[in-house]
Amino acid sequence: MVQSTRDQAPGPMPLVAALEVLRALRSDEIVVTTMGAAREWPRLSDHPLDLHYIPSAMGEAPALGLGLALARPDRHVVVLNGDGCMLMNLGALVTIAAASPANLTLVVMHNGRYEVTGGQQLAAEKSTTDFAVLATAAGIGSVAAFSDLDAWRQQAAAMLAQPGPRFIVLDVAPVEDYELTSPGPMPARIQRFREALGAAKP
Amino acid sequence: MVGMTESTEIFTGDEIVAALHELRVSHVVWLPDSALGPWETALEGAAGLQLIRVCREGEAWAIAAGLHLGGARPLVMIQNTGLFESGDALRNVLFDLQLPLWAVIGYRSYLVANSPDTARRFTEPVLQAWGLEYLLIENRSAAGNLVAHFQTAETDGKPALALIAEGKM
Repeated sequence: MVQSTRDQAPGPMPLVAALEVLRALRSDEIVVTTMGAAREWPRLSDHPLDLHYIPSAMGEAPALGLGLALARPDRHVVVLNGDGCMLMNLGALVTIAAASPANLTLVVMHNGRYEVTGGQQLAAEKSTTDFAVLATAAGIGSVAAFSDLDAWRQQAAAMLAQPGPRFIVLDVAPVEDYELTSPGPMPARIQRFREALGAAKP
Repeated sequence: MVGMTESTEIFTGDEIVAALHELRVSHVVWLPDSALGPWETALEGAAGLQLIRVCREGEAWAIAAGLHLGGARPLVMIQNTGLFESGDALRNVLFDLQLPLWAVIGYRSYLVANSPDTARRFTEPVLQAWGLEYLLIENRSAAGNLVAHFQTAETDGKPALALIAEGKM
């Protein structure tokens, strides 16, 4: 089933408010964060199944989430990705569509900027890149884009209940004075995550 | 036909599947070259083994990382050109995340005497620069070393890489 929706309201939403909608709906999902989401999500959530993908490989958070989703079909995996990260690895949309994990949701925060390097513009003007169309064209069936915060609040739960994999674009405002700090040593965070996941060390 | 003959003589598809079964590999994450490609049918049909196709090699390392974190036993299978392409992902998952992942890497042009192929020239120096230990399988008689190499690395908690010699550019 193809579920592609788009609200018509002018954006953008405040990033934190957009994330709060997901936080309110979150129960025991795995949440993988990177870039702007990785900065803001820890202020909203301290859950052992949060995996802040910092330091990361450029553009690889969706692939990491795909691997988790395939390894743990009993868990819903939500990846909170940046738009610049998504552009670095658009092929991941095709890979995800082909693998088609029902338990994966990929959320792209679309602000048109590389915040981590100081807010430079992406390769194209924000308005010219339609991530929802890209995801649909890649073969992902459940796709939606939101610019209006109220619409996102009203439809988020329904969108997360659509058949997976799901792809959601959130039109968010750039954050000024961006600063991404380390959430702590990765090995310790991985250990906490693995323990929460109940994954035996292979 | 590019790079097929020698490599497929080192492992047939059934032989590589048998090795992966012995290692209890659960997922092969791959972007094949023409030497690894003939293994596709065997890999796809192997019981207990899931073949995941990617668009670019960096994805392969990150997917394998997610699989590993989730408790699976993945193996990355790519060409050495893909090794170069995926350096950032490799750096991240093997060194930042410190995940002891496994990879089988096609070694393009290794068997070509005096090859001008830069993919051949830089493969081992790059791995050495990363500080990664690897097993070079140059011929069929060395194929049996693959399983022991990966098992030893697992015991030591280290990544395991195997280079499979290929014959043509």
